[in-house]
Amino acid sequence: MARTLITVPQDAKRGDVVEIRVLIAHPMETGYRVGSDGKRVPRDILRRFACRLDGEVVFAAELFPAVSANPYLAFPLRVERSGTLSFTWEGDGGFAQTETAALNVA
Amino acid sequence: MFQPDANACAVRRRVLRAGGVLVALALVRPALADANGLKAAIAAYSSGREAKPGRVAIDVARLVDNGNAVPITVRVDSPMTAADHVRAIALFNERNPERDVARFALSARSGRAVVSTRIRLATSQQLVAIATMSDGSLWSGAIDVIVTLAACIEGEG
Repeated sequence: MARTLITVPQDAKRGDVVEIRVLIAHPMETGYRVGSDGKRVPRDILRRFACRLDGEVVFAAELFPAVSANPYLAFPLRVERSGTLSFTWEGDGGFAQTETAALNVA
Repeated sequence: MFQPDANACAVRRRVLRAGGVLVALALVRPALADANGLKAAIAAYSSGREAKPGRVAIDVARLVDNGNAVPITVRVDSPMTAADHVRAIALFNERNPERDVARFALSARSGRAVVSTRIRLATSQQLVAIATMSDGSLWSGAIDVIVTLAACIEGEG
């Protein structure tokens, strides 16, 4: 399991637009670099990210090798109700990880 | 004193003029040519529809010290209501090995059309962001950045 860092504001009021920040530890190997053995390092990137609120997709991203290692994403969300946010990353080599965080709306 | 004859001078002038034209061509060419398939990549994404310039702002350092992780924010001018919001933002580059950088899907639920991430830049180049609105219209924004330390060049460390 890759380490993740997820920031969800906890003092949001109904109707506020909050910024959700996520980061996951991943090398995002581009497939263009040459290793010490002179061979190309095979590509290993995260391709997709999705954020869901109680199962409904509220933000999604498609990533390419030009995204830095340890992909960081910050995106907005208008909060109407409390719920459970789930964050899913999918990538090369069958990589899949899901994390959850509580969204509390005052 | 050595005096070059008139004929030699004329030849030299012609050679210099031709050289000048070549230099001018070399300077103009990048603007004329499709910058490394950037336009083709955008056309493929937007299925050939033209994106109007405007409403999209790319916020990134104009002078990048380290191309391995460049913070970038794309903002789109949109009320983000159910009737009028940004559906997608796609970010393209001009001179990395691949033209695509990232694509984001937003909705009226987003509330604001702002997305931030960190990207790699192989060299000084242009970045282009295309926003797709809920009415299907396309808007674009572009920015030129100078990169001093490139990503992707060093081998496995």
